This record gives sequence, structure tokens and C-alpha cells, in this order.
Amino acid sequence: MKTYRKDDVVRIQLVLNGQQRSGTCESRTLLSDFLRHELGATGTHVGCEHGVCGACTVNIDGVAGRSCMTLAVQAEGCEVDTVEGLNKDVEGLSDLQQAFRRNHALQCGFCTAGILMSCTDYLQRNPDPTEHEVREMLSGHLCRCTGYTNIVKAVLETAAERLGRPHGAALAPDTAGHAGTGPLEQARLVTA
Amino acid sequence: MKPQAFDYARPDSAEEAVSMLAQAGDDARILAGGQSLMAVLNLRLAQPSVLIDISRVPDLNYVRTEGRHLAIGAAATQGSVEWRSSLKQEVPLLAQAFPHISHFQIRNRGTVCGSVAHADPSAELPLALLALEGEVVLRSGRGRRVVAAADFFQGMLMTARAQDELVEEVRYPLAQANVRYAFDEFSGRHGDFAVCAVAAVVKPDGIRLAVGGVSDRPVVRSWSRLDGADLDAAINDFAWELGAKDDHHASAKFRRQLVRHLGRAAIDKAI
Repeated sequence: MKTYRKDDVVRIQLVLNGQQRSGTCESRTLLSDFLRHELGATGTHVGCEHGVCGACTVNIDGVAGRSCMTLAVQAEGCEVDTVEGLNKDVEGLSDLQQAFRRNHALQCGFCTAGILMSCTDYLQRNPDPTEHEVREMLSGHLCRCTGYTNIVKAVLETAAERLGRPHGAALAPDTAGHAGTGPLEQARLVTA
Repeated sequence: MKPQAFDYARPDSAEEAVSMLAQAGDDARILAGGQSLMAVLNLRLAQPSVLIDISRVPDLNYVRTEGRHLAIGAAATQGSVEWRSSLKQEVPLLAQAFPHISHFQIRNRGTVCGSVAHADPSAELPLALLALEGEVVLRSGRGRRVVAAADFFQGMLMTARAQDELVEEVRYPLAQANVRYAFDEFSGRHGDFAVCAVAAVVKPDGIRLAVGGVSDRPVVRSWSRLDGADLDAAINDFAWELGAKDDHHASAKFRRQLVRHLGRAAIDKAI
């Protein structure tokens, strides 16, 4: 069993974007703060600190999650991937990042680092998502600039590219889950 | 905000976790996925002195069919259940409920047992457990006990769990032939807490309808096979019995209307 007392300053190790890194923290230090303040990896942004905005999303052992709702000590020995590592195997930007740039899928960029990390995990599990599925995945991120349309386009375009399909065919009409005459709408009408 | 300081322990086995829990006393909390607890700590709504992190305990990280149940261990994430390729056949109600639970990124880290132990009245996993007549396995230094979902949920964030007990496993009954299932909910935006959530289990000889988000805990009613106006009347009675209250998300009247409409629609579309 591993134990850390509340006033201990402990040194932990993790693999950040393929590189072994270590730094000191307390048991209560959030992973988001550890990455930014201790390791200097400020690509990961911090918004709400209670799991709503999605800005701090990183991949821990390949799985997208909130670094503000993860303790640094919980990531001890894990592989943590952040936006800084997205293009580590390519020259310039990764295909996903290029698609975001082409489609104007960001404006201020505050939400982008988290969204890119979510998309990285999601597209590996579901390489050919529908528009509805992409929107469901993106519901875990708040973007106040773009209105999401261009983000959805960029994600679908990346998926299409990876599958060797031509661009432009990506945004097919998809109305699943958007029915306008279901019981909810009826209930709303009745109580209105 | 940031959490207040606490001692942190990461046990290597379930046995270590429960003995640590017994030692640590009233002020200890189990940390699994942290998707409810960490938010509460960051907002300083809770200030436990000890956190016992079970997220890496190998003997608690499993999802498997056992007899007539899908057994889910305390360290298994919601994502690991949701992305199970056989889930639709095993527990179709859960497969329908997952897309309503918060977001992809939260389900990746949040655990099934954690949601059940947290017992938020609008949470989907407790609701599905109650609708299916599932069970919760509690483990402490004194041994194990199995509690029916109907007895486990006792009020707003209140359960039958004693302070020294760990929710070690939850058991969702597997799908039965000739039984149909449906889940639906209403929330302001996708992924928000449910204003009203319903789970319907339609058997050849009866109907179970469970409702979350309206009362202080998930509530279920069973009827022998009813249809038409009789069924509507029964659901209407149920809607009134839930004691809906006005709050800033919805009025009591709107909640009753949601129970009537979502409840009936779920029963009709159960597959």
C-alpha cells in the first residue's frame, strides 16, 4: 500500500508525451496543476475545476479524462498525453490539428487542447462516427466561440481522411436523437 | 477551487482497502473514479481527512457475467461497461441508459459502483439497478452482505452502506427472454442531471416502471399487465405519489407531466 500524509511533499514520476518526467506535489495537488505548474506543460488549460467545461481533458493511459478531477498522485507511473504531444510523430501539425485549422474549428483556443485530446481517444475507438456521435462526444466540452459546427466538421473530416474517403462527404444528414415530436416535446407543449 | 489537504492511501487489494477504511474512521472517503467526489472536494463541499484510492486495486477491476448477473467491481469504470461489445444482449437497459450519463470523458473515469454509492436521486445507474431488481455487495472487516437495490437507496445521497463498508460489487440482472426494456430521460442539455428519468421493464405478466430525478431517491412501481386508460391512470397515481417539488430546474407540475409522458412512452417502446 502506498500512503502519503497530507503535509508530505512527494516526488512522483509519470510519462508525459513519451518522456519520463518527475516533479513534486502534495496529495491534494490536481493533475492539471501538476502538469502546468510543476512540469511546465501549460498546453492543458484549466476552466471550471469541477468537470463541466472539458478544457483540462488529457489522456491517461490512452483514455480521455478530466485532469482537474484527477489527483497528481493518481497518475503516478501512468502515461499522460497532452496537446503538446499530439504532433510528436509528425512534422508540423497532426492530421486532426490540421483539420481544425482548415475548418476554423477554433477561435480563442481555450477549449481546443481538451477537445483535441477527447477526439484523439474517441476516434481510435470509433473510427467512423456519425455526426450525432461526434456531437455526443463533444457535449463534454464547452466552446463559446465557434458554435461547434466547424469542430464537428473538422472531426468528421479527420475520420474520413483516415478512412481514405474524400472530403466534403463528411457532413451527412443525421437526425438520430433529434426527433421533434417525441414525448418530451409533447410534455413541454402540454405544460407550457 | 482546490481540495483541502488530506491523507492519501492507495491499497493494493480489496482486503487492504476495507481494513484501511475501518481504521480511518468516520472521516474517510473511498476514491474510485472521482467524477463526483473530486468535484465535491474541489468545491470544498466535503473535507475528508483520508482518501482511500481503490482505482488501481486489481481484484476490484472486473466486469463479468456470473450466474444470472452482470457483476461489476468497484474499480471498473462506466466506460469499460459501456464499450463492452456484448452489453446490448446482456443488459439492454444499461446499454440504453449509458448515453444519458454525463459525458464520454466522465464515463471514461467514473465507476459504476461509485455512482451507486453516491446515490444521487437523478443518477441513471442507481435507477437502472432498481428497475432491474439488482443487488449491491457491501464488504467490510466483518464480512460481506448483499443488499437489494430497493433497500439500498434510502434518500438523497443516503444508502444502506455503513461507514466501514465498501461497495465492492453491483449486480445487474441479465436480460430475460420475453422481457422488454426501455430507458429515457429529460434534461435541460444533453449530459446534464436528469429532471426526470424513467426505466421500464415490460414482462408478459406485468410492468415495472422506475423513476429518477423526481423524488429524493429512485422509486419503482409494479403493476400486473395494464393497458390503455387503466395504465395511464396508474402512472398518473404514481406521478402524484412521488412528491415532486418545485426547484430552479423544473416545477413539480412539469415533473409530474414528464413522469406521465416519458413513463407511458417508455412502456410502449420497450424493446
